[in-house]
Amino acid sequence: MTTPRPLAGKARTTRARDLVLRTRGGLSVRADLRAAAVVLALVLLALATGVVLVGTGDFPMTPAEVLSTLAGNGSVAQEFIVRDLRLPRVLVALLVGVALGLAGAVFQAISRNPLGSPDIIGFGQGSAAGALTVIVLFQGSSFAVAGGAVVGGLLTGVGVYLLAWRGGIHGYRLVLVGIGAAAVLSAVNGYLLTRADIVDAARAVLWLTGSLNGRGWDEFWPLLVACAALLPLTVAHARPLRMLEMGDEAAGALGVRVERTRLVLVLCATLLTASATAAAGPIAFVALTAPQLARRLTRAAGPNLLPAAGMGALLMVVSDFLAQWAFGDRQLPVGAVTGVLGGCYLLWLLFVERKAGRI
Amino acid sequence: MTPLKPGAASYAPAPEAAPAPRRTTRRALGLLAAVGLLACVTAASIALGAKSVPLGDVWQGLFQYSGTDNDVVVRDVRLPRTVLGLLCGGALGLAGAVMQALTRNPLADPGLLGVNAGASAAVVSAISFFHVSSLSGYVWYAFLGAALVSVLVYALGGTRSATPVRLALAGTAVSAALFGYINAVQLLDTAALDRMRFWSVGSLASANPEVIRQVLPFIATGVLLALALARPLNAIALGEDTARALGTRVNHTRVLAMLAVTLLCGAATAACGPIVFVGLMVPHIVRAITGPDARWILPYATVLSPVLLLGADVIGRLVTRPSELQVGIVTSLIGGPVFIYLVRRRKMAQL
Repeated sequence: MTTPRPLAGKARTTRARDLVLRTRGGLSVRADLRAAAVVLALVLLALATGVVLVGTGDFPMTPAEVLSTLAGNGSVAQEFIVRDLRLPRVLVALLVGVALGLAGAVFQAISRNPLGSPDIIGFGQGSAAGALTVIVLFQGSSFAVAGGAVVGGLLTGVGVYLLAWRGGIHGYRLVLVGIGAAAVLSAVNGYLLTRADIVDAARAVLWLTGSLNGRGWDEFWPLLVACAALLPLTVAHARPLRMLEMGDEAAGALGVRVERTRLVLVLCATLLTASATAAAGPIAFVALTAPQLARRLTRAAGPNLLPAAGMGALLMVVSDFLAQWAFGDRQLPVGAVTGVLGGCYLLWLLFVERKAGRI
Repeated sequence: MTPLKPGAASYAPAPEAAPAPRRTTRRALGLLAAVGLLACVTAASIALGAKSVPLGDVWQGLFQYSGTDNDVVVRDVRLPRTVLGLLCGGALGLAGAVMQALTRNPLADPGLLGVNAGASAAVVSAISFFHVSSLSGYVWYAFLGAALVSVLVYALGGTRSATPVRLALAGTAVSAALFGYINAVQLLDTAALDRMRFWSVGSLASANPEVIRQVLPFIATGVLLALALARPLNAIALGEDTARALGTRVNHTRVLAMLAVTLLCGAATAACGPIVFVGLMVPHIVRAITGPDARWILPYATVLSPVLLLGADVIGRLVTRPSELQVGIVTSLIGGPVFIYLVRRRKMAQL
């Protein structure tokens, strides 16, 4: 039914490296070859780093051993270490990266600002407040904490959306209301911390830094379900999102239902952020940096959703690797590493974007 | 916040067309009323807390010290705390007003734009890497950090394309990055965490006469410098070119204003930790009272900001008695909604 035809020279607007699929019914899909290659490369690189990460530790294994263990040919000890200890952690890291990268790309496109990522505009703090409430006031199980994070993130998303609504959502107003909400929520978090007894407080502080320590299959499955449901839904809205980047009026004129698209996308991105936060705590800056780096690699206009997701996964596994092994025998939580790396990147971004007049 | 309302309500509807001398009288009277309000809040701050002290005993404790329990509470606990609140509140509010005038940006606030986070990051580095343990040592690092971030933020905010949104985002992002760094250092160095954790929430509880003596010269210099800059700041509010045409030395003013902001924020942050939103809220309330004249905004902000800070501190002491809520938490809880209100207003962004 479809006939792939490279359209070099046929259409003025497409470039030679674009791949255009057309159906007889008049539908057409254009794919950027460079973007597709970038996604593939990022995913492969992330998986490879993941394999190396599974192989490192007090019981070192070569990547070949890891792969053969994963295929079911390892010894009992290797099976235990890979299957039960290290694999779920790496998988959680990958999925958290995917979710955060995707959510960051959506929020940056909606706010039309490279700094409008969910952790900056309060959605991360919302999840954190939900989780802290469960830890401090109800001493809940880790499952309840994850639930609290999701509920907190959703409530924050809805609250910010409603507060920013004045006959429509303006991207900038969403961002600024989010910043205000973030300030209030971090004050709430501070208050909850001072109210907690020392055991709960220690648990809360560890959770707040964003760590992958001790993450297992229990965290992996809910996250996988969330990503499996939300990733296709978000990607399906990539086209209207790209129109939205041109401004509400232009998008509306092109036939995009502006408010509906934005609501669905904000909801998806909020849920993605909340599930990632529920699994690993608030991890800073991945949502900010991944879409920016991905955009620079693909050199494509638009929100670059899938490349951002791939880049997020890569950033997470690399950061986790650094967190575990870069500081000698001291292990940092991965959130601290992404915070510092993201901070350096941010300085550079501020410098470059300021020159270009975009910040 | 609530104690501000009566004053704000009774002086806000100053008629636009009032003749100049009457307006000046009105503003002067308003300033007097603000000072009166400040006196009330100061008295409340000394009297109220985990142990409430009757006002008569407050007077006795201050001026006829005889060593009773109440006297000790007043002299050694409440008085330093209140004085520090006065100093830091005034410093933060004035810094916010100067920053808003200088960047012509209504969302400029030392806390929101990351200046306080810069000071915090520098103090953490000082404690962890250079083993500085006394306030006199790390106040210099606080200045250094505040200065670096002020310059960075001003570089961002001073460009023509810097809308309030972009500036607020940049500041929030810079703060987030610096807090990430602070977290990492604290996690790697438990000793630093132990010394830092009381400082980093933004609290007046650690006040003592020595701290006050150390920050006082810096804050006093900053206040004088900022107040002296009111006229050139007025000119800059008209736009850079107009200001230059009116004979203002624009760059000179900028450097001095940034110096004042650095002194005020650095000293306040070194003494009581990062406190946000005071510098954002107060100038907006003041502007509703006085109009856009910096010669009035700056003194009003200096007087009314401690009202907010001390008020927040008193509230924090009262709501969770006998324990207390740090003042930084209370100001954020009050300031966040005010910030959202400012953003939602019909024409956000115009100064």
